[in-house]
Amino acid sequence: MQEHDMSWVRTEMLLAEAAPRSQVGIGAWLRKNLFATPTDSVLTILAVLFLGWSVPQILNWLFFDAIWVGADRTACLTTEQGGQLPEGWSGACWPFVSGRFGQFMFGRYPLEERWRVILTGIIFVALLAPLLIPRVPFKRLNAILFFVVFPFVAFFLLVGGWFGLPYVETPLWGGLMVTLVISYVGIVVSLPLGIVLALGRRSTMPVVKLLSVIFIETVRGVPLVTVLFMASFMLPLFVPPGMSFDKLLRALIGVALFASAYMAEVVRGGLQAIPKGQYEGADSLGLNYWQKMGFIVMPQALKLVIPGIVNTFIGMFKDTTLVLIISMFDLLGVVKQNISGDPTWATPQTAKTGYVFAAAIFWIFCFGMSRYSQYMERRLDTGHKR
Amino acid sequence: MAQDVIPEEAARGSLIYDPKVRGIVFQVMLMALLALGLWWIVGNTIENLNRSNIATGFGFLKGRAGFDIADRLIEYDSDSSYARALLVGILNTLAVAISGIITATIIGFLVGIGRLSRNWLIRKLATVYVEIFRNIPPLLVILFWYQGVLALLPSVRDSLALPFGSYLNNRGFYFPQIIWGDQAWLVLAGLVIGAVLSWYVARRARARQMATGQQFPVFWTSVTLIIGLPVLAFVLTGFPATVEYPQKGTFNLTGGMNVKPEFLSLYLALSFYTASFIAEIVRAGIIGVPKGQTEAYSALGLSSRQGLRLVVIPQAMRIIIPPLTSQYLNLTKNSSLAVAIGYPDLYAIGGTILNQTGQAIEVVVIFMIVYLGISILTSLFMNWFNAKMALKER
Repeated sequence: MQEHDMSWVRTEMLLAEAAPRSQVGIGAWLRKNLFATPTDSVLTILAVLFLGWSVPQILNWLFFDAIWVGADRTACLTTEQGGQLPEGWSGACWPFVSGRFGQFMFGRYPLEERWRVILTGIIFVALLAPLLIPRVPFKRLNAILFFVVFPFVAFFLLVGGWFGLPYVETPLWGGLMVTLVISYVGIVVSLPLGIVLALGRRSTMPVVKLLSVIFIETVRGVPLVTVLFMASFMLPLFVPPGMSFDKLLRALIGVALFASAYMAEVVRGGLQAIPKGQYEGADSLGLNYWQKMGFIVMPQALKLVIPGIVNTFIGMFKDTTLVLIISMFDLLGVVKQNISGDPTWATPQTAKTGYVFAAAIFWIFCFGMSRYSQYMERRLDTGHKR
Repeated sequence: MAQDVIPEEAARGSLIYDPKVRGIVFQVMLMALLALGLWWIVGNTIENLNRSNIATGFGFLKGRAGFDIADRLIEYDSDSSYARALLVGILNTLAVAISGIITATIIGFLVGIGRLSRNWLIRKLATVYVEIFRNIPPLLVILFWYQGVLALLPSVRDSLALPFGSYLNNRGFYFPQIIWGDQAWLVLAGLVIGAVLSWYVARRARARQMATGQQFPVFWTSVTLIIGLPVLAFVLTGFPATVEYPQKGTFNLTGGMNVKPEFLSLYLALSFYTASFIAEIVRAGIIGVPKGQTEAYSALGLSSRQGLRLVVIPQAMRIIIPPLTSQYLNLTKNSSLAVAIGYPDLYAIGGTILNQTGQAIEVVVIFMIVYLGISILTSLFMNWFNAKMALKER
């Protein structure tokens, strides 16, 4: 037996050393993310200068220099313009928004009937929220209620004239309410119509295919303004004399047709992405055309194009603002009308304030929709992508 | 469709179950329905037009327009014809579309690359830009610029003086105009010759590199040719150009060039809006090039600049071009929003003509032809460009 064993083996692990100071902490983060190269440093300095110049101005205008209470325009005028504020003042005039808030939401909808709009809104949210949350059960019933029953309920509630509700004509409608009505109708009509058009475009029947292509390409080739223009000036020419269309209805037809052409192209993309084997598999099972599409192809195709569908919805939501060009008053239309046609609040800052408010509302809706679509995309991703 | 797959014999049972027969019957029914609908619509339209005494046809285009157009690129006054007015409108639409497309592309590419920057601050700034502008309706942005910003600029008397003798006030942006002299065409000729020569040099250099492997400094030669020749012509002809500065009077600025606030609002809003979409397209295009490509060009010994130019960008362009085309078309179509602020584009002038003459159908037909024409031309050009850039598989 050897008494002296010179070899030595460590039996316990060394404790981990702290990372070098150059690799951790704020300093390392700054070096890595802001000052990695000379160009980076210059860019960072320029960006900081830009932020230092712009952010305080924006914050001051929005909050610190803004006027929050007031009865009319004099609250937001400088001494030079006939008010009390110091010379050179510039800030948001929020009392304009709070004073006109009812109009921005409901247009000229009669004051004592506005509860109907609010009730419709509550039903809308109550039906939409469980539809959007994947965990809530009864999706089929919910979808039927939201897409089939709700339009009738909303119609009776908003238009009235039945069950003792006074009739409210559509020219009185306005504001965010009209924006939402147009987008909702556009979505509910354009999705099925778009699916039909997409199927038509991929049909083997030449007449069906040609008609679908002509419709889709013509509508996609012209601006929405032109389609709205057609809907508002040419539809009345197309129907027998004496018969007249409601102006809102004309705008709805225009928006829905326009959106369905875009929807058709989105759905077609999904149809093309489904492998041929799926079609052949359905055929070999003896399914007929509608069964094949309804049970095999569409569920896969629509799932693939959910982001595209939501993008079309977002685009349509933004496009509803264009109805102001055929002199209807959606949210933007009402804001514009209050800015240019109302002396009570005519100040140099009114326009900016009103548009910033409207932009914030549109932004919240669109940003919410895009975030939701990203969430669904991740959720539904069943490994089609490589 | 089913008839591709089901063999002929399967359909022998009854004619009703023959997919071919059913297809034909269905199509005939569809045609009949459509014809019926068209007949109804045309009948109604003719009756309606007769009632309101509107003559159909394009004869009205020769009539005197009778309205003035402030923004115009060609000669026009209120005695000109409707056709001339429409032409002014088409040119204005094109002016907005082209300048908007150029600006949006530049901003979009910068922001798109910025979103992939290593620099945290730049990345965040680019993201904020994209998320803000993408989610706000363009019409709102146009109105914001027009009524919220440009309308608040000082009046002519207190115009803001900017560098190079230009002025900014609530009637627009005034800047110096270069007035070319008699022999100035030589400068233009120099530019054209320079461009042609550089193209030729590049061609020869490429052929030589393919044959012998020797390189030629094409870039610097081209720069010298394209800048040098016009400058040489300019100097030799004795500086045939004068600069006309806008002069500030009491009520107006005279001389120089003027961009009106309507154009400026539309141009700025459309450029910023479309740029946010282009930025996302560019980002997706660059991300879409697999990492292996970057590793491969490094392995081949290309520098990162060469690799970007020769390997990454050509492949990214393949992903970028098709959606970029549709953004260009969107911008062109969105230029019709001009009507909201009174910029006389095709749509605004068409609307005025419609109000004066009542020729709804003809005006809409003209809209369709022009917008579809622009769309088709742009698509053709971009398809050609796309085919040039597309993967060449042998």
